[in-house]
Amino acid sequence: MIGFLQNIGRTSLAFLASTGRLSMFTASAVRWTVQPPFYFRQMLRQIIDIGYFSLPVVGLTTLFSGMVLALQSYTGFARFSAEDTVATVVVLSVTRELGPVLAGLMVAGRIGASMAAEIGTMRVTDQIDALDTLSTRPMQYLVAPRLLAGTICLPFLVLVGDLIGVFGGYLVGVYRLGFNASIYLARTIEFLEVADVMLGLVKAAVFGFLIALMGCYHGYHSGRGAEGVGRATTNAVVSSSILILIANYFVTALFFG
Amino acid sequence: MARHTAPDSPPKIAMDHVAKAFGDKQVLRDISLHVASEESFAIIGTSGCGKSVTLKCLLGLLTADSGSITVDGQELLGASRADLEAVRQRFGMTFQFGALFDSLPIWENVTFRLRQKTKMSKTAARDIAAETITQLGLAAHVIDQFPAELSGGMQKRVALARAIADKPEILLFDEPTSGLDPITGGVIDRLIIDSVRRLGATAITISHDMASVRRIADKVAMVHNGVIIWSGPASQMDNTGVPEVDQFVHGHADGPLTLAAQAAARGS
Repeated sequence: MIGFLQNIGRTSLAFLASTGRLSMFTASAVRWTVQPPFYFRQMLRQIIDIGYFSLPVVGLTTLFSGMVLALQSYTGFARFSAEDTVATVVVLSVTRELGPVLAGLMVAGRIGASMAAEIGTMRVTDQIDALDTLSTRPMQYLVAPRLLAGTICLPFLVLVGDLIGVFGGYLVGVYRLGFNASIYLARTIEFLEVADVMLGLVKAAVFGFLIALMGCYHGYHSGRGAEGVGRATTNAVVSSSILILIANYFVTALFFG
Repeated sequence: MARHTAPDSPPKIAMDHVAKAFGDKQVLRDISLHVASEESFAIIGTSGCGKSVTLKCLLGLLTADSGSITVDGQELLGASRADLEAVRQRFGMTFQFGALFDSLPIWENVTFRLRQKTKMSKTAARDIAAETITQLGLAAHVIDQFPAELSGGMQKRVALARAIADKPEILLFDEPTSGLDPITGGVIDRLIIDSVRRLGATAITISHDMASVRRIADKVAMVHNGVIIWSGPASQMDNTGVPEVDQFVHGHADGPLTLAAQAAARGS
């Protein structure tokens, strides 16, 4: 019984310690995003990596999601003769939910992992200590540019992903399900509001921040050796994916309120 | 590398009764050492005895739990981050495995701190990088290569170039010859000696390599179980009368420093 209570106590203390450490890391990282010097070249490199090189994976994901959404919603709505709402369902689902969440999860897998691996490797090979000895704050040089780049790039990625996803729905709607092209487009635009797109973009910015934060945090606190870096990479992807799904609910609830 | 230093001059670097623990593990118990200006000091000891932690405490990369660490009389323990950063600008350091930045070419690695401190043009930085690495026996064209393209010995030289590029007053070397063949190790030692002399710097070297220590150091201290068990001129290393030092210096398998004792000390 005492052993059981000790385990609970130990786990609770470890949880509180890691929560405190993450909170302090986040506060410090955010602080350095607004204090000079700014490492624009580092940020540009990250913007290219996150924004440009993630386009194919986000584009493919949202294209096929839009396509399958058109097929599935047609199958469902045909049962109560509401097939003409397919275009509206596709555009609202893609812009409000699927675009940001799928892009976020894809980028978490690609960028979160690479950030954790790169910073983790720098940690275990003393490159982070070397930065300190070379009069450069690692939080400012490594973490702040990644946080800014993630927060800036995800909305743009999602915007492009939204367009591609809606286009996927259009392809299936017009060429597979036989909708009239101009009517499909009219239905797509008719019920879409700016707030729908904005909701998706706000979510994307939050997800971008979380992905970069988790990638940097786990890399920065990576254990020694290849095993430590591997674990940091896994933790970065898992934690950012979970946080994306949790944050998705809260941002949506906030907009509903 | 012996140079004359006035016996009564205040130490450039002083560590007094420094202790550092990681959780239950007491790595440094009572480290006290004084390094005179322009002196070359070596810290020796078995793996895991706390040599690197001593160096990281000196630089403020780790915060010592107690004791005193001063550079030119300025207390570093408990100093503000700004003060620590100002003092660190007077240091140059090479790490055991180079710690060169993989994503940057050699010229950017070498001039990293110079470019952080001054708005130096790319051309000027490349010129300084080329000049520094040629002084260390590397070809000028190496500046456009990346660290992964260089051999271990070349990486050590680039790390040395990065440490001395902005002419620091104090140089720290963490295992400068580890992983190198004896000839390359000898070359690195000579480059270290030349660089320290040219800059008039104070140097602290951590090493397991006794041949290297004999070449580089004026004074030597041996750390064991987080305590300095012997300190004295490098020329007296062979006759200390301390069994642990004798065993370590001569590399004997038998003696008080058994592997089991070292493992127990690391776990304590």
